[in-house]
Amino acid sequence: MPAEPPVESPTTLVDAYRLLMEPGPAWRPVAGGTDLLVQITGDLGPPPDRVLNIWGLDEMRGITLDGDELVIGALTTYTDLRASALVGELLPALVAAAATIGAAQIQNRGTVGGNLVNASPAGDTLPIWLATDTVIVLGSAAGERTVAANEFFPAYRQTARRDDELVLRVRVPLLPRRHVRFRKVGTRRAQAISKVVLALSWLTGDDGTWNDTRLALGSVAATPVRSAATEAALDGRQPIRATADAAAAALSADIQPIDDVRSTADYRRLVAGRVLRRLLRDEGGW
Amino acid sequence: MTYRLTVNGVSAEVEAPGMRRLLDVLREDLGLTGTKEGCGEGECGACSVLLNGAVVDACLVPLCQAAGADVQTVEALDREGALNPLQAAFLETGGAQCGICTPGMLMAGEAFLATGAEPTEVAIREAIAGNLCRCTGYTKIIDAIVLAAERRAAAAAPDGQA
Amino acid sequence: MGATHYHETVRSSAPPDTPLVLPPGVLAPGRARAALPLRREGPAKLTGLAKYADDLVFPGAWYGATIRSTEPHARLLGIDLDPAFDWSTVVVITAEDIPGDNVVSLIQDDQPVLVPVGGEIQHQAEPVCLLAAPDRTILRAAKRRVTLRTERLPATFDPLQSEREFAHFELTRGDVDAALATAEVVVEGEYRVGHQEQLYIENQAMIAVPRPDGGIEVHGSMQCPYYIHGALKRALNLTDAQAVVIQAETGGGFGGKEEYPSIIALHAALLAQRVGKPVRMIYDRHEDISATTKRHPAWVRHRTGVTREGELVAQDIEVVMDGGAYVTLTPVVLSRGTIHAGGPYECPNVRIRGRAMATNTPPNGAFRGFGAPQTEFAAETQVNRIAERLGLSPLALRRRWVYREGGVTPTGQVLRESVAGLEVLEAAAQASEYEGVAAHTRRARDGRADDARTARGIGLALAWHGAGFTGSGEVHLASVASLELTAEGAIRILTASTEMGQGTNTIFPQMVAETLGVDPELVDVAPPDTSVVPDSGPTVASRTAMVVGGLLIKAAERLRLQVETASGGPFTDTYRSFAAEHGATRVDEQFTPYPGVEFDDATYTGDAYPCFGWASAVAEVEVDLDTGEVSVTDVVSADEIGRVIHRVLAEGQVEGGSLQAVGYATIEELKLTDGRYLNDRLATYLIPTAMDAPRITSILLEHPYSGAPHGAKGVGELPMDVVAPAVVAAIHDAIGIWITDLPATSERVLAALTGSAWPAPPGISTEMPR
Repeated sequence: MPAEPPVESPTTLVDAYRLLMEPGPAWRPVAGGTDLLVQITGDLGPPPDRVLNIWGLDEMRGITLDGDELVIGALTTYTDLRASALVGELLPALVAAAATIGAAQIQNRGTVGGNLVNASPAGDTLPIWLATDTVIVLGSAAGERTVAANEFFPAYRQTARRDDELVLRVRVPLLPRRHVRFRKVGTRRAQAISKVVLALSWLTGDDGTWNDTRLALGSVAATPVRSAATEAALDGRQPIRATADAAAAALSADIQPIDDVRSTADYRRLVAGRVLRRLLRDEGGW
Repeated sequence: MTYRLTVNGVSAEVEAPGMRRLLDVLREDLGLTGTKEGCGEGECGACSVLLNGAVVDACLVPLCQAAGADVQTVEALDREGALNPLQAAFLETGGAQCGICTPGMLMAGEAFLATGAEPTEVAIREAIAGNLCRCTGYTKIIDAIVLAAERRAAAAAPDGQA
Repeated sequence: MGATHYHETVRSSAPPDTPLVLPPGVLAPGRARAALPLRREGPAKLTGLAKYADDLVFPGAWYGATIRSTEPHARLLGIDLDPAFDWSTVVVITAEDIPGDNVVSLIQDDQPVLVPVGGEIQHQAEPVCLLAAPDRTILRAAKRRVTLRTERLPATFDPLQSEREFAHFELTRGDVDAALATAEVVVEGEYRVGHQEQLYIENQAMIAVPRPDGGIEVHGSMQCPYYIHGALKRALNLTDAQAVVIQAETGGGFGGKEEYPSIIALHAALLAQRVGKPVRMIYDRHEDISATTKRHPAWVRHRTGVTREGELVAQDIEVVMDGGAYVTLTPVVLSRGTIHAGGPYECPNVRIRGRAMATNTPPNGAFRGFGAPQTEFAAETQVNRIAERLGLSPLALRRRWVYREGGVTPTGQVLRESVAGLEVLEAAAQASEYEGVAAHTRRARDGRADDARTARGIGLALAWHGAGFTGSGEVHLASVASLELTAEGAIRILTASTEMGQGTNTIFPQMVAETLGVDPELVDVAPPDTSVVPDSGPTVASRTAMVVGGLLIKAAERLRLQVETASGGPFTDTYRSFAAEHGATRVDEQFTPYPGVEFDDATYTGDAYPCFGWASAVAEVEVDLDTGEVSVTDVVSADEIGRVIHRVLAEGQVEGGSLQAVGYATIEELKLTDGRYLNDRLATYLIPTAMDAPRITSILLEHPYSGAPHGAKGVGELPMDVVAPAVVAAIHDAIGIWITDLPATSERVLAALTGSAWPAPPGISTEMPR
């Protein structure tokens, strides 16, 4: 039996915001619990002083198409993503990512918002947000504000969320002719934290060249990151062999992964490049 | 604080902290020790239960989130000692050895059977990927789930039509 | 006994996403078996009624915790309790409080129950003191208020550098040096295997309950009640009757609950004695991985002399095992590893030198295979490399070398009967279509484009496993198994053999019932409770069906004879009236040495085992050439086990053992820093999920051993010995490179593929804390 910190379970966002405004130690929001409960049980750091149970806030659920944006509520689970016809049609890479996370039990409880707020450098959905210029919508008693995914992770396991805010939803801009690909390399086929995870997006020009490339990676730095050098190697080019080789080399040189319990820096550096190259090869068809 | 939930079809009232794990509520407060703790990290699935029909790790669900929900554990499966079709299939094929993963495995298996999906090897392996077994190599567990699915299909088509 | 039966589980040849649907009412071969007894405790396990240790309720029980060292080698100067904390409801036990000997009684008396102040901490996570409290919140807080004052000492992490030897063995035959000097070809190889965690899904757990007579009753998860019994008597100064050990339903053991449970039992008992109430010590996964025993890492070097056309001339083998900080069972692990180190091959000139060294890491211990998986990985990979070197088929080479009946082992044992290495080899090769597939994979490899995404491979291995305890182990154990016919007419089996999933509680009644001529349902199995059952020896070494089962058959024969002689009619018709008339009858059967089996402990020569089991495995893999990930897609394992008592249960052992070996070969890696396991949670120590597991086909063969009444030779460990080298051979077949360090992680495979620097060797702790 692990520690059991005090918890409040608001039923509306307004109630939640009010609680968050209360003086006292910071609240730790809990969504599906697939990260927080592990941390509490495992005694990985001191338990939170108080927990805010947001599971009942239905305002944070739902997947909709709003103009040219795909809007996904923070309490959307991975199972919800996999089952969503909308996501399957508009952002299939996200479905692919959801399918690689944990297994059925985790997918039924883990959420988009939880993955964001937990801010693990290995968070599997995070590269997709970075690679698609997704905007994260935060709410508080003061109203809503947005933060670009690229700016949401200032440091290791830290986010731009203030203590009185909740992540409400993400807004994914949908651009015509934009493609998104996802790849995760883990130790085993299910229930595996990634060794390398990446999301690649680009816009295809009329002549088949790639533009506005975004390459985001997890597990290779203290936060999810973009690789500007690799993006530069891809922009304005076609996915031919020479481009793929150059991009893979650029990526391997650009990242500074570490050795850890799961893998080695050498492996991560090598594999990131090789996996990218394979992605490009598949696109290029050579 | 008092929380109300339904466990195996029976209303339960639990006086406990809201962050108490559903696993501990089941095992200690309600005396339902069928659900097991293998890791406390959501990795092994030995604590799998159905929460409103969805298979979850009870070690990761705080009581405050099970309030008002319908929880099903391994104890819900048998009818006064008569094994249900999945349990019977496990017994016949040898799907349980040491048995510690079995309750969770059964719940994951039940969740899969409830979808009515075709019992292909690939689909079953994915359905139980969150349930670690160290004894069986999974072979006879998969056999059991296939067998139960076949029997369910057969029972649904009594005139012999598939 | 010439009869040989092949029991083959039909492997579906349909592609994996084809529905495996059969018409209703038809049972495919390999699926349900209505004729065999169903698992005796199956319904209890399936309904959640089976009670494992943590399910047991003892009203008023306190909770215990262990304070452990956080350094690999240090002098313990003092144990400080924070005076600002309220200790009034907390009990603290240190080494000074141990009534008897501060020794975990096993083979050698080198391991303390608790490190005494002034003594030496020898490894990380070593128990120093114990706490108990009525409330887990208080206990959790109290754990944080204990400080160990220590003076750090230099630590040894590499067994090859260590100067402290636990044991050594040397086996010689012929003249290895001369033979190597003149051999046409000498192939050298160095192989390293790392630790492996048993990863039973039920964590270790003990509950100690004080007895009115000053003794202790211990309930828990265990394989060997009498090991714990002996340990309790020694450390707590208890008599035979005062120490009572009762096995709860046990969620897996695999050797990990052979010797370690004595330690938790001692801890819980010491606390319970002081508290005067039951004390629960239930490990969480982190503590379990951090503190309990692992498979011994090993370094093995081979120098093999052969002729150019493939005759085996000489084997010079060196084995170094890492025993961790204390001896525990290391000499026995080393001895088995050493004896099996040449593989199941006839060789006229052999020298095998094995030594086990101490390091400042948590003590290593028993794990399925017990030394053989380590050395047979090396032996088989060496044979496969020799085949490659000579341009011969690995199958052909083994056909030539494998022991035949009459063959002589490195201990000088003549293999007189039940020799089936060739048969299992052919069975596995045939069932897997090894040669055909290998030809195909070879062509694919030769024609492979630079940018190929994946590569498939197939690999073969052969293994042997001595049945029962090594040497005079069984004689020294002098195990007893008993059968009781109660006054009420119940038939009861009394042994200390534990059920942990392998099927003890099903095959024992099955064998006794078959001998008595009654329905198995009429035969009960007494719970392993040391106040009730005799010492049948530990549930290890694949000896349960073979040795203890053999004793039960003899006991049943005696009982049947006794009843039938007195009643004049068949047992099944007369035993109840016999019981009513005569009252309770008990037959105790003690082990007597197998006929013609002689072993000299001093020279380590003779019949190391009464007989051997034989296994051959073929593995197929798919390697991702971008990432080095190895997916094991199929394993065929042919195992000759003397007699298949219960086909479903025997298949279960082959399937489970094979998957553990797949994990051993691929993803089960333990990294250490400062002598501490880094992979100390299930999120970081990874075993195969159902999506990682191959399809496993088990083929069971029988060459009954004449010394055992039923001919059985044991099946629990044999499958573990053979699959890892088959996987590594398959990887080589796919990518053309030998991975000689286990596990063959994707890091190692990718380094091999790209010619990059190899990752650090397995099993050796890095120095600097991270």
